[in-house]
Amino acid sequence: MEASTTGTNNSVVDPNDLLVIDDVKKHFPITRGIIFQKQIGSVKAVDGVSFSVKKGETLGIVGESGCGKSTLARCIIKLLETTGGQINFDGRDITKLSRSTMRPIRREMTMIFQDPYASLNPRKRVGAIVGEPLEVHNLGSASEIKTRVQELLEVVGLNPEHYNRFPHEFSGGQRQRIGVARALAVNPKLIVCDEPVSALDVSVQAQILNLLKDLQDDFGLTYIFIAHDLNVVRHISDRVLVMYLGKVVEIATRDVLYKEPKHPYTGALLSAVPIANPELGRKREPIVLEGDVPSPVNPPSACNFHPRCPRFVEGHCDVEEPPLYSFGNGHVAACHYALERWPMDASEIRRASASRAPEPEPEQPLPA
Amino acid sequence: MALLEVKDLRTSFHTEDGIVGAVDGVSFSVEKGQTLGIVGESGSGKSVTCLTIMGLNAKRNTTSSGEAIWKGKNLLTTKPRELREIRGNDISMIFQDPMTSLNPVHTIGKQLIEAVQLHRDVSNRVARARSLELLKAVGIPYAERRIDDYPHQFSGGMRQRVMIAMALINDPDLLIADEPTTALDVTTQAQILTLMKRLQEEFGSAIIIITHDLGVVAETADDVLVMYGARVVEHASVEELFNRPQHPYTWGLIGSLPRLDIDVERLIQIPGQPPSLLRPPRGCRFHPRCSYVMEVCKTTVPELLPTQREPDHLQACHLDEETKDREAAKLLESMMAEAG
Repeated sequence: MEASTTGTNNSVVDPNDLLVIDDVKKHFPITRGIIFQKQIGSVKAVDGVSFSVKKGETLGIVGESGCGKSTLARCIIKLLETTGGQINFDGRDITKLSRSTMRPIRREMTMIFQDPYASLNPRKRVGAIVGEPLEVHNLGSASEIKTRVQELLEVVGLNPEHYNRFPHEFSGGQRQRIGVARALAVNPKLIVCDEPVSALDVSVQAQILNLLKDLQDDFGLTYIFIAHDLNVVRHISDRVLVMYLGKVVEIATRDVLYKEPKHPYTGALLSAVPIANPELGRKREPIVLEGDVPSPVNPPSACNFHPRCPRFVEGHCDVEEPPLYSFGNGHVAACHYALERWPMDASEIRRASASRAPEPEPEQPLPA
Repeated sequence: MALLEVKDLRTSFHTEDGIVGAVDGVSFSVEKGQTLGIVGESGSGKSVTCLTIMGLNAKRNTTSSGEAIWKGKNLLTTKPRELREIRGNDISMIFQDPMTSLNPVHTIGKQLIEAVQLHRDVSNRVARARSLELLKAVGIPYAERRIDDYPHQFSGGMRQRVMIAMALINDPDLLIADEPTTALDVTTQAQILTLMKRLQEEFGSAIIIITHDLGVVAETADDVLVMYGARVVEHASVEELFNRPQHPYTWGLIGSLPRLDIDVERLIQIPGQPPSLLRPPRGCRFHPRCSYVMEVCKTTVPELLPTQREPDHLQACHLDEETKDREAAKLLESMMAEAG
């Protein structure tokens, strides 16, 4: 693909980028047969995703379940081998590194998991859980590790005395704090947060979100924040990436994305979020998408959103795959018929696309 | 007369560690065609309230008291056989998790037909036709073909539609929806909420919607009950609740929510954790987390009383009304200022 060559040059250029993802693909094979397994297809969980993350910023990734956001997170942190593409971390290509050469780099990128109940070993004490990354990387003697762990527990708002307790003695919010402490232990540069608050109650969710923001200010962390809740993503992110069926549909800074979305899918997502304001919420007409997210085994042709898109144009959207068109200031969207303004309701969107000429004036396609 | 009137409902579970008072003196009523929202965090007793009304708690270790008057009959003292006639027929329920609430070894057609034939003496053919009609009403594409599919062949949103079809199949007067959209994506949630609204207009049934999402409540409910630690802390119409919230817990809920329409640098956080119902705090159950706590809050349980201005707005807090109005106005104003 031509994108991969241009992307590599690009990654060298900007020293502010901590992470550059270029045309990353992850296809899971589907096999048939027990002894002679032959591949009969593949699940294209992540299919050609490119983006970059600057030092100290928070990139939010949103999308419905099954759109590949968690797979992407696992590819970035190299818990999964990618099928194609390149991952550059801190100026270094880490795509093909072996386990042993990767190990020192793992100190710089850690992860916070979704489920605070399943991601802590129930048979280990909190001290051992938080201290394990330090042990693995040989960062100090036993007593140094203990001091460091107690310091970390304090940083995330837990009582350092609770060092010897087991995970089941903590509530969901406190467990998530333990998960945060573990991710912080090795002083990482990048933390990938995979739905860190979706299992928590609202009042506790606010505590964790505030904690993550404070830690970012204190330690200059860079976050990739994955969530399906658009409210939460908007609150924490500087830039937001919207995914649909393994592909990027739109990337923009937070304010631009929420005020002037260009892709109809982003628009539909935004209009579907319930607003906690009865007057405002009931006035608007949500864009209700028909049907479900299609299967990534057999994605629709060209623009894979076209079967559900309110402004689908036959003979164009299902034939020619839209590139990421640029709308200035790093705002890109993969749609031939981008939204002219926002808010719009479903009928306006349809009317607008019908009245439009079938050939769009292509705004310059994005170089990378 | 109200369709369902619940008075001083109490439910407790006897566990190895002691007695858990899961619902503690809850009263409310639901009118025909109206939607009541019950909001609260997990463990606040919202689901147990509804399970008690439906008589679905395990008998072995549960005691309930109070009244749930349905058409002149107290559901809590009704015999199981009579209750079975009401359940699924007059009152039906949509459960939270569509993945586990359908029987995986029967086709959905069979499960829908069973729901009809339990309450009506009709032939298989009539029951099947009715099932098909409902599947179409809830928007299952190719319903004729899909009626003989098994639950695993449906996606989450589609399964939730099947659950709704099953709940509506006998034209219930009251539909209880326990977190009907929590397991779903936003776009699917929008589909399901729109569907419920449309069906309510069509069938005129009353709905109780249980949720932890204030956004869902704001968009669907007429009346809202806020629960905390097994008790009702505030009960008001949806406009009143969002424009003049009167309880510090409600302020916390509204302030802690990241929102699309408002920019805030820091969310208001409610410190601490929800209380354990095994050993609930004395006095007002919110007092250990409340930033307006006074001495009286630690000893005396505040009663659920109407505000002076609005007799239908009930709240349980010791603070004086003037302070509450001021604080509520301050909260809403600060959010508006950020939005502007």
